[in-house]
Amino acid sequence: MIVAEQKSLDEIKQLVGRAQKVLVVGCGTCVTVCFAGGAREAAIVAAELRMASKLEGAPKEVTDVTVQRQCEWEYLDQIAEQVGQVDVVLSLGCGVGVQAIAEHFPNTWVVPGLNTKFMGLPTEQGVWEERCAGCGDCLLGLTGGICPIARCSKSLLNGPCGGSLNGHCEVNEEIPCAWQLIYDRLKSMGKLEVLMDIQPPKNWCTARDGGPRKIVREDLRLATEE
Amino acid sequence: MNTNGYLSGSNLERVLKNGYFAVTAELGPPQSADGNVIRRKAALLKGYCDAVNITDNQTAIVRMSSIASAVIALQEGLEPVIQMVCRDRNRLAMQSDLLGAYALGIRNLLCLTGDHQTFGNHPTAKNVFDIDSTQMVQMVTAMRDRRVFQSGGEIKGQEPRFFVGAAESPFAHPVEFRPYRLAKKAKAGANFIQTQIVYDIPAFKAFMEKARELGVHKQAYILAGVSPLKSPAMAKYMRENVPGIILPDELIERMEAAGAPWAGKKKEELTPEDKKARSAAWQAEGIKICIEIIQQLRQIEGVAGVHIMAIEWEEAVKPIVEGAGLYPRPVIPEPEAQPG
Repeated sequence: MIVAEQKSLDEIKQLVGRAQKVLVVGCGTCVTVCFAGGAREAAIVAAELRMASKLEGAPKEVTDVTVQRQCEWEYLDQIAEQVGQVDVVLSLGCGVGVQAIAEHFPNTWVVPGLNTKFMGLPTEQGVWEERCAGCGDCLLGLTGGICPIARCSKSLLNGPCGGSLNGHCEVNEEIPCAWQLIYDRLKSMGKLEVLMDIQPPKNWCTARDGGPRKIVREDLRLATEE
Repeated sequence: MNTNGYLSGSNLERVLKNGYFAVTAELGPPQSADGNVIRRKAALLKGYCDAVNITDNQTAIVRMSSIASAVIALQEGLEPVIQMVCRDRNRLAMQSDLLGAYALGIRNLLCLTGDHQTFGNHPTAKNVFDIDSTQMVQMVTAMRDRRVFQSGGEIKGQEPRFFVGAAESPFAHPVEFRPYRLAKKAKAGANFIQTQIVYDIPAFKAFMEKARELGVHKQAYILAGVSPLKSPAMAKYMRENVPGIILPDELIERMEAAGAPWAGKKKEELTPEDKKARSAAWQAEGIKICIEIIQQLRQIEGVAGVHIMAIEWEEAVKPIVEGAGLYPRPVIPEPEAQPG
């Protein structure tokens, strides 16, 4: 899932600025699961903004609503009326959600309430870790299901570098060395010979380096009217 | 371009190919635009090593460019090995800089991954890591041997001909994979290897035994890294903080023993003369240990030389090389370039 973190209230206040009517829009998918921007968080942020603006002597009208997925037009259509009534929308969606609102409501000013962090998973209650960098050309089949692009600090394809120590990365002790993990896993699976192949330079075209990406599935497209 | 059987014809290559036990040293460029720093350090190293590594933004701290510093070293009569890390350049910048480096007379290259930028003085920088060090070795050897760029496109005109090196850290983790990673770098085309600093001879012997088993010593010249200890505190710091360094207790005890006459005294009880004398005693012991390590390394089959890393202590290289019986350095005539 996409993992995000809420911005500080100070930054949110600054982003909302002098807008009088504010709509906080939560998202019911990834950011709900990671406790950053679901219905609960949207209600809390709305209440905080109301209180803060009241204390500052310029009370704002702050409402909140949460859609199932901010990244799909059909769910955004459901809040079109509320969006049309406010000066600013504070999106608690990921970066995709914020942009979907901007794109879908061209006359609406939208600001982000979250920092979108990564694609990852909760490894324990309250802890999320990055797992995928979305490079567009999955090589997990070569590395025993552990991604060196996302999880090695240097995205090495022929690691580990000389900074691997006691299972952690040279960057800090909190980061497991991806190549130690890969080594251990291949060893336990009896597949260490995989590591003797030199992996060639990666084609980064499929990653963000090739420019913004797009997928077109002709088999799924609706027939366009002539 | 014919270099009479040599890949690059560099002094380092000639020394190694002719069977001499090679000595390389290290020269760290300044964090300024002062070329005299290079000249001063070069003067300390000239004649005492076959080539000198010029670091590339070492520990992710901005320094004078390795190639520019190498050209100054060349002007001073010292053969450089330019280091290049994958952190700061993509494949375009690497190749372009290497074409230029060759045109400027540089003949040795060490391909490195590079320390992560969070260690250095620009921790907020974006890193590159477009290719890794093994892939860099493949890229630069293909530029030399197949006259192609990484893209596969032909190099029309003079190809850059480097004597290509790579590094390996024998004791970094997972330790059992390190000889295999060394073998991968040799397979990629590395002509020489410089290792992380060795203090633990038995551990290094075990590494070399495995390397020999894999035949690496026949494919690439292996230069073992050494570094003189400057003080017990530095030794302890290295042991605790530098990945891939095994420092036996015995060496730390020897360093402490060297400072014994001043031990037990508080900082304020030591006169500046005391501190100077203690420092000199530590340094003398550090150099002595380094010489002993080199002598033991020379006995290990497959060790083709040593790489002396006396970082910000270039003065130590002369007594180490002399003490290890490696002075004077061999002089091998340059290969005659053949026409065509």
